[in-house]
Amino acid sequence: MNVKSTAFDVRRTALEMIMKSGGGHIGGDFSVADILTVLYFREMNISPENKDDPDRDYFVLSKGHSVEAYYAVLAEKGFLDREEVINTFSQFGSELIGHPNNALPGIEMNSGSLGHGLPVCVGMALAARMDGRPSRVYTVMGDGELAEGSVWEGFMAGGHYRLGNLCAVVDFNGLQISGTTEEVMNHENLAAQVESFGWQVLTVNGHDCDALQEAFALARKTEDKPTCIIARTVKGYGGGAFMENKAGWHHKLPSAEEYEQIAANLEKHKKEAMENE
Amino acid sequence: MNKIPNRQAICESLMSAAENDRDVIALCSDSRGSASMTPFFTRFPEQSVEVGIAEQNLVSIAAGLAHCGKKAWCFSPACFLSARSYEQAKIDVAYSDTNVKLIGISGGISYGALGMSHHSCQDIAGMTAIPNMRVYLPSDRFQTAKLVEALLADEKPAYVRVGRNPVEDIYTENSCPFVMDKATRLDFGSGETTVGLIACGEMVYPAVQAAKLLADKGLHAVVLDMYCVKPLDREAVLTLAGEASILLTAEEHSPFGGLGSLVSAVTAAEKPVRVLQLALPDDHVITGKSPEVFAYYGLTAENMAEKLLAALG
Repeated sequence: MNVKSTAFDVRRTALEMIMKSGGGHIGGDFSVADILTVLYFREMNISPENKDDPDRDYFVLSKGHSVEAYYAVLAEKGFLDREEVINTFSQFGSELIGHPNNALPGIEMNSGSLGHGLPVCVGMALAARMDGRPSRVYTVMGDGELAEGSVWEGFMAGGHYRLGNLCAVVDFNGLQISGTTEEVMNHENLAAQVESFGWQVLTVNGHDCDALQEAFALARKTEDKPTCIIARTVKGYGGGAFMENKAGWHHKLPSAEEYEQIAANLEKHKKEAMENE
Repeated sequence: MNKIPNRQAICESLMSAAENDRDVIALCSDSRGSASMTPFFTRFPEQSVEVGIAEQNLVSIAAGLAHCGKKAWCFSPACFLSARSYEQAKIDVAYSDTNVKLIGISGGISYGALGMSHHSCQDIAGMTAIPNMRVYLPSDRFQTAKLVEALLADEKPAYVRVGRNPVEDIYTENSCPFVMDKATRLDFGSGETTVGLIACGEMVYPAVQAAKLLADKGLHAVVLDMYCVKPLDREAVLTLAGEASILLTAEEHSPFGGLGSLVSAVTAAEKPVRVLQLALPDDHVITGKSPEVFAYYGLTAENMAEKLLAALG
């Protein structure tokens, strides 16, 4: 399959969910879509068939507000039903809550408050090591999230325990709700900071699916330390110039006209991705 | 008498369990000494996890371990565990429903003169308010051992608070009636007038002593050892409320949201009876060792008995 094109399907599902429910974290959904799609379709050993196998890989979406993209990729993977996801997301009584809900198949842990995913994954990676299981453990964080102190407690423990089976991805789109991460709380030296905690750090273009896949492969080969992949992304990627790289699109309900534009842009990019295969 | 702190009783019970179950894991935040967990860490290094002084990490890592099948027991001073890592307890443990047992050691005012930073007089209120979080304050070492055994057998989250100091025995090795989530009822005297004392944790011993004083005065005094603060044993409370002329609650906690509040809510709604509440003040607690502080605020057997007698008139 073509992951780049699937990632545009993921964005389209997220868009439909947001239109139907009346709002959502569209900017981050679009920046993280390639990362999630590569993880689920090229990297992780997780599927509806092995979701209860202790030897599976484990994933925690630490930036839980990108839930629309997460539910969408889980629908692509067969864990959830796409129509149900679009029609019931955030609706009264729905299990498709506005942040990840582990009552749903395929979701390991609840998240939503930032700074929880990495420390939880440290525990999962330690458990796999204790039991001699082949499981690898993955989390995706936002760059704004890095201001949470608990993230650094997680980096510290991952490095201390040399968890080669742990991989953290930062969806580094450079924007958060109040503006640029550089203005709000900068992480200019992020790679050096994380390296100093005993991690291997790889910086890649987070919309280059092959580059992401290579980085994950390198992480897998590195057994004596955990890996952090800094994925440079564009907030709102693929939706059109009017919404790309704009903090105002962190959480938004597009107008009817904007919806048409975004949908058309996603369709165009998907077509290009399929032609370029 | 062989007095030991309840935290030591937990370590001993967990070591017995860990012997035959490699999924029993203990986690500490540079707290293994104060938690009496050094013997466990020494004997079972492969089943021990040290996270350093990082309570948020402690609880999240425990949740991750538990999600992968481990029985994760976190040990940290109750003041830090119940406050610094409150959100991790709420989300990673209770909301995500992971088999994590949070053991708040040196709870209440155990640390005495170390001051408010080290007191945890808000933990019952905070932890009981989290859905899917149970709250236990065992009274003596025998009950603590039974509670640990019961908690090892289930897979649900729980917060347990124990004190720092050795406590007097209430039960014996051969006589420690225990039914999970049911209060232990102790009757003293045989007078026609019944009074009830409902206590948890370190307050159970003075409540028992108070009941003996009241029995000597010709009353029927009943103590409910409410180690299970959540789920509160409502049935035991209502039965006692139906028998007693007056109830008194005693707890090492703020006057808000603790045992007194929980008992009063049950009786007010279903079996109105006067409930006297003994607790620590809504104020900075005076400096001193636990017995000095308890005496200052009237958390003593003598004051419990006096309050009940005065209220009876």
